[in-house]
Amino acid sequence: MSQAPSNFDEFMEGLWKQNPVFVMVLGMCPTMAITVSAVNSISMGLATTFVLSASCLLISLLRSAIPKQVRIASYIVIIATFVTVVDYAIQAISLDLYEALGAYIKLIVANCLLLGRAEAHAAKNPPMASLWNATGMGLGFTFGLLCIGGVREILGAGKFFGIALFGDHFQPWVVMVLPPGGFFIMAVWLIVFAAWRSRKQRASADHASTEEAKA
Amino acid sequence: MNHETVANILLTTILPGNFVLAMFLGMCPFLGVSQKISTAFPMGLATAFVILVASVSAYFLNMVLVYYHLEFLSVITFITVIACAVQLVEMFVKKQFPVLFRQLGIYLPLITTNCAVLGVALFQTARQYNFVQSLAYSIGGGLGFTLALVLMASLREKLLLANIPPLVQGTAIALIVGGLLSLSFMGFAGIGGGE
Repeated sequence: MSQAPSNFDEFMEGLWKQNPVFVMVLGMCPTMAITVSAVNSISMGLATTFVLSASCLLISLLRSAIPKQVRIASYIVIIATFVTVVDYAIQAISLDLYEALGAYIKLIVANCLLLGRAEAHAAKNPPMASLWNATGMGLGFTFGLLCIGGVREILGAGKFFGIALFGDHFQPWVVMVLPPGGFFIMAVWLIVFAAWRSRKQRASADHASTEEAKA
Repeated sequence: MNHETVANILLTTILPGNFVLAMFLGMCPFLGVSQKISTAFPMGLATAFVILVASVSAYFLNMVLVYYHLEFLSVITFITVIACAVQLVEMFVKKQFPVLFRQLGIYLPLITTNCAVLGVALFQTARQYNFVQSLAYSIGGGLGFTLALVLMASLREKLLLANIPPLVQGTAIALIVGGLLSLSFMGFAGIGGGE
């Protein structure tokens, strides 16, 4: 690219083109562990978004001050600080949610997405660009979690956001909220996206060939 | 205080409560380094060693933190200790097994961000295990992780011979295989005296 991408491009890259869950397949542990309901997914996604944006902004501001040899350790400490903030904030806001997410809030520190973004983007770009990029990535992550969590909650509990969708005769498909369900739903979404992408590619190839024929 | 016996913890963490297949800790190496048994096995052992070191140091660190009422620093101190332990393992592997070091590549330093390592430190604190229990928990966790990684690698070596539709290739088929493995590990539920 000849010119620097705009903030909007940075934002959309994470949300769609380089979606952390479905394209880059990063941060799989929380993606599958806590997505048993839509509410859990959204809160986990937003918590991660906050940590990601805040730490990327700070890392980007400090990028010339951090020596190259100890950069990974410095990033980890910055990320861990914001995770502690989120951990206590969620505990103060909703104790039920805190118990549902358990140790996985603290495990945001070990989410590959955060360190990956810090190293690949925030360490090389100015603060505003990396803030937009990080927010986009975070919301893309939330979107991915919601896709998986929503399907798992509908199939496994017959509910969506805690509202019962079907009548009393609904037999919950329990395995979907158990660990194997996480693997299967994630695989199904990956296949859906792969199918969609290959169809789009074929459509654009067809389009190009008809253009050629016309010319 | 927690009263689970050592054998109970050990069995539970290896089979029905497997870190990878039941608790989704350490998914990245599980999907990333499980192409060949020859790299999966040493990777599993390296991670198991880091888990053990992290667990022991987290136990004593937590005692210090509780004594000074500094529990809010737990995440930061644990991750720093883990990063140091990983650095140690990395230097050792680089010096002793340079070929293996090149094969593992980026995944070796990434043990730092392996949720299983931090997970052990956090879960043993949350469950208030004593020293022996934590030791059993971390050894069981490490062995379970290695077992899952090796099983997955042997299945994926067989997958190379299979005729997979192009859409499902790559991560999707790995996830389906992982799901089936996880399903079969659920069959062990209750082996450690019940959850």
